Amino acid sequence: MDQMLHVSSNPHVRDKMSTSRIMQLVVIALLPASVFGIWNFGFRALLIILVSVVSSVAFEWLYDHFMHKQNTITDYSAVVTGLLLALNMPASIPLWMPVLGSAFAIIVVKQLFGGLGQNIMNPALAGRCFLMISFAGKMTDFAVSDGFRGVVDSVTGATPLAALKDHGFTDGSVPVWDMFLGNTQGTIGETSALAILIGAVILLIFKVIDLKVPLTYIGSFSVFVILYMLFSGMGFDGNYLFSHLFGGGLMLGAWFMATDYVTTPITVKGQLVYGCCLGVLTAVFRLFGGSAEGVSYAIIFCNLLVPLIERVTRPIAFGKGGKKA
Amino acid sequence: MNANSPMERLSNGIIKENPTFVLMLGMCPTLAVTTSATNGVGMGLTTMVILAASNLMISLLRNFIPDRVRMPAFIVVVASFVTIVQLLLEGFIPSLYDSLGLYIPLIVVNCIILGRAESYASKNPPVPSLFDGIGMGLGFTLSITCIGAVREILGAGQLFGKQILPLADAAAGKIGFEPITIFILAPGAFFVLAFLSALQNKFKLGAAKRGIDPSNPDCGGSCASCGNSMCKGKRG
Repeated sequence: MDQMLHVSSNPHVRDKMSTSRIMQLVVIALLPASVFGIWNFGFRALLIILVSVVSSVAFEWLYDHFMHKQNTITDYSAVVTGLLLALNMPASIPLWMPVLGSAFAIIVVKQLFGGLGQNIMNPALAGRCFLMISFAGKMTDFAVSDGFRGVVDSVTGATPLAALKDHGFTDGSVPVWDMFLGNTQGTIGETSALAILIGAVILLIFKVIDLKVPLTYIGSFSVFVILYMLFSGMGFDGNYLFSHLFGGGLMLGAWFMATDYVTTPITVKGQLVYGCCLGVLTAVFRLFGGSAEGVSYAIIFCNLLVPLIERVTRPIAFGKGGKKA
Repeated sequence: MNANSPMERLSNGIIKENPTFVLMLGMCPTLAVTTSATNGVGMGLTTMVILAASNLMISLLRNFIPDRVRMPAFIVVVASFVTIVQLLLEGFIPSLYDSLGLYIPLIVVNCIILGRAESYASKNPPVPSLFDGIGMGLGFTLSITCIGAVREILGAGQLFGKQILPLADAAAGKIGFEPITIFILAPGAFFVLAFLSALQNKFKLGAAKRGIDPSNPDCGGSCASCGNSMCKGKRG
């Protein structure tokens, strides 16, 4: 009787990939954008990133500790939340704001709903929107003077998107190439499309994300902007389109925040629908809305649509659901 | 305290069946007008007056109102009192009338008032019904004043319109409180309501676990008909 069969339920084969490893990869992939942000906006950007990450992890630990739950800071998800939150803030904000934002993101949005995997919206973005609604003035104040290079001052105060919104395309103070490189004003992590794309490539190589959501997002956004240009009598204008693509938080949102596992549909069809919703909503918010930026609100809104999208796109099991003969 | 005695009715409305935090009734005024503590007090007291009066009237009429048309009958009674109170407010406290605005006529369909008419006043004698109305009204006033106070402090640094937290002034280089505007806006109402409900649940649950039932010290011992699952007797 010493040769008992070991019986266990599936899964029997496990991948090496774990939650903490995925989160570590996301942190690594965010490093180019972070480093560029620090280089662009100076020491203060580094300080904000540190404060945000440390306070996120601290709030996660505190919540687990006081609610007598298993400690979850080792899964690195709080680090990702803190880092994303910091990258979504301008470098000029006071240091208590990242702390407040991460408290809201970690405790209210993530832990009160049941922790990682249960949160109904992206914690970092929810934290950002919380701050955005509460302190609109400070969160859109991009006046920074101590970049390591000093070039940034030329466009102090207005992001390219805000300029685009205010005087249409004619402003032209920021060439598209500069926007692609990140030579502009904006939040710490969003300015450089190049740095974000490097990070996205890292994620794609390690198969942390796939192309479905980002491409449908950016694609449907471009289609909507092109249609808008054609129908508003502006005529096709490549510069306008690329300014919208590389300006603001679209790249950061599409590659790093719309692809968050927890708040994305799991069905393939659902992901495509989700990406299209994101693109159209972002474009609507940017072109017709009150503020220049619409990425974070679009993503949060679509996060809430995810259960509905999953319900209508659930695949039909083989042998079920066909027409009755 | 006997069931249906005036004191029991008052404590029932304020603590045990607090309309906002326990019954979760009357959410529209709770969420909409609690941007300041003053608004909370005004709305609460207005509702309390109407609630007490309509409870009394419906209880007096309870044997004359046919069962099939009781809802329209209740609405007529409540609407009459709302009209009276609305005109009085407009005449004597115009500032409160302006700040509550649309929500005064909407008291007609306030679910606390209809709920108490349906579940209590239409089945019980006038005096307990009157005190039920006052108790529920006080519970409502207390709750929405708390919500309004928290929202006002966090969202503007004020309490009852007085600046209690000095505001920051970047131009003068003064360090102070930075108003968290979201608490004055709609989302803040939901946050504060949820947190205060959770807090009072925590408090009640803790007391019940220690064996003291704070809300129901004398229930007559008839556990079979009682729905309070937190009660010590119920848990054996």
